[in-house]
Amino acid sequence: MIEVDRLTVEFDETRAVDAVSFRVEKGEAFGIVGESGSGKSTVLRALSGLNQHWSGGMVIDGEEQSQHRTRAFHRHLQMVFQDPYASLHPRHTVDRALAEPLRVHGVGDREPRILRALREVGLGPEHRFRYPHQLSGGQRQRVAIARALILEPRVLLLDEPSSSLDVSVQAEILNLLQRLRRERTLTYVLVSHNLAVVAHLCSRVAVMNAGRFVEELDVAALRARRTQHPYTAQLLRASEGYDRAAAAALVTFD
Amino acid sequence: MTGPLLEIADLRVAFRSARGISEAVRGVGFTMGREKLGIVGESGSGKSLTGRSVLRLLPPGAMLSARRLAFDGIDLLGAAPSAMRELRGRRIAMVMQDPKFSLNPVMTVGHQIAEAYLAHKRASAAEARDKALAMLEAVRIRDPQRVYGLYPHEVSGGMGQRAMIAMMLAPDPDLLIADEPTSALDVTVQMQVLAILDDLVSERGMGLIFISHDLRLVASFCDRVLVMYGGRVVETVDARRLGEARHPYTRGLLACLPTLEGGEGELATLQRDPAWLTAP
Repeated sequence: MIEVDRLTVEFDETRAVDAVSFRVEKGEAFGIVGESGSGKSTVLRALSGLNQHWSGGMVIDGEEQSQHRTRAFHRHLQMVFQDPYASLHPRHTVDRALAEPLRVHGVGDREPRILRALREVGLGPEHRFRYPHQLSGGQRQRVAIARALILEPRVLLLDEPSSSLDVSVQAEILNLLQRLRRERTLTYVLVSHNLAVVAHLCSRVAVMNAGRFVEELDVAALRARRTQHPYTAQLLRASEGYDRAAAAALVTFD
Repeated sequence: MTGPLLEIADLRVAFRSARGISEAVRGVGFTMGREKLGIVGESGSGKSLTGRSVLRLLPPGAMLSARRLAFDGIDLLGAAPSAMRELRGRRIAMVMQDPKFSLNPVMTVGHQIAEAYLAHKRASAAEARDKALAMLEAVRIRDPQRVYGLYPHEVSGGMGQRAMIAMMLAPDPDLLIADEPTSALDVTVQMQVLAILDDLVSERGMGLIFISHDLRLVASFCDRVLVMYGGRVVETVDARRLGEARHPYTRGLLACLPTLEGGEGELATLQRDPAWLTAP
């Protein structure tokens, strides 16, 4: 479904993404983990067309992609962002947020589509005319997911979709994403700093540091802590809670 | 000092709203010494308001009451504003979540630390500068001379948070309240910042209140953890015995976390019981 070959993104003097290559099959969930500044979100933004300053090869759904995307492309690939408060317009109701993609793409049957999208993410018709501030954080993220799904895309790009939520709400959103992918054979690319979240949703994981993939491993290897690169091993240890000895042993990788 | 460092009994924080009075903290009580105490809860549980009540730094309109609120034997409820100012920063310090919002953007990092020190101690400008450099070194900033002259936008999140900790610790407080001090940081940087706090608590014999939403992290770091729900402490657990937690809320919080080993099955979701809000 997605084939990326030596993707490179440069901002002025800095190379944020440095010759990254990966493949994601149809219906697969692929994870990218890394710390802030590693370039993981930049990969996602280049895939989505939000960032046009990239070079390298990119094939999505059998089509070679250029820097500029067509309207049809966006119908098949949608993105969900970290902070649903920032990604939903504060003065637009849920109904308007969901109707906008339909209007942009000239899709009819708006009413039943909006109601169905709400139902699929576990919201009811009573949420339809609310504003974002009248919803909880979890409900807002459900609206963001509904908006991404309303055009029935094949690929969903997820940028830290649960990290601004309380853990009990995070579990609900992760369960929802898991169910939607299975039901609709969606392809996911998930970016997160949280190894456990990535391991939960994805079958394969790339570990990113300083613009490069330091290692790509399947989730079974990650669970068994069969890591190739010391950076991955360090990240695993640091995410298992505080340990004075581990803190003393930390090193910086470039 | 012989008595407990901090005594809180029946602490309540309420807000007046259009629909009447709503209580955000409803009868919290605990006593702590020079230890690492964690307060864990989800958003809206009242954990931050509990921490802020100790400094009496609450949002406008908040109504604070308690049967007892005392720091080192000093009654904080009856303390005059001038007495509170004496305590704030000097004996009780606070570190907040995001250094981006708590550092002054138009003053160099070192200058801010020196200024904070001068606000609490009688010292010359040169002494304050030396103290600030020493504190930057204490929080393991490798090149304190260089970092002293940097502005907040020129330092990373981890370094900014270390500078905040340096600033708070310069007057040698007895109690540090850290409200999500590492939540904006990467896991490896988080570990380094926690190691600094850990060492400072054991070296200086300071008390630490660590407020966080991350139950597992808090349990791996603190001695004792208070779990808050709906403005009340529903359970106090010995950090090393988190697995033996009894309250269904604590157990539910632990169960809904994805883990590396967990597999890809459905995560448990929290079924909230209204009785948690009232049960003793």
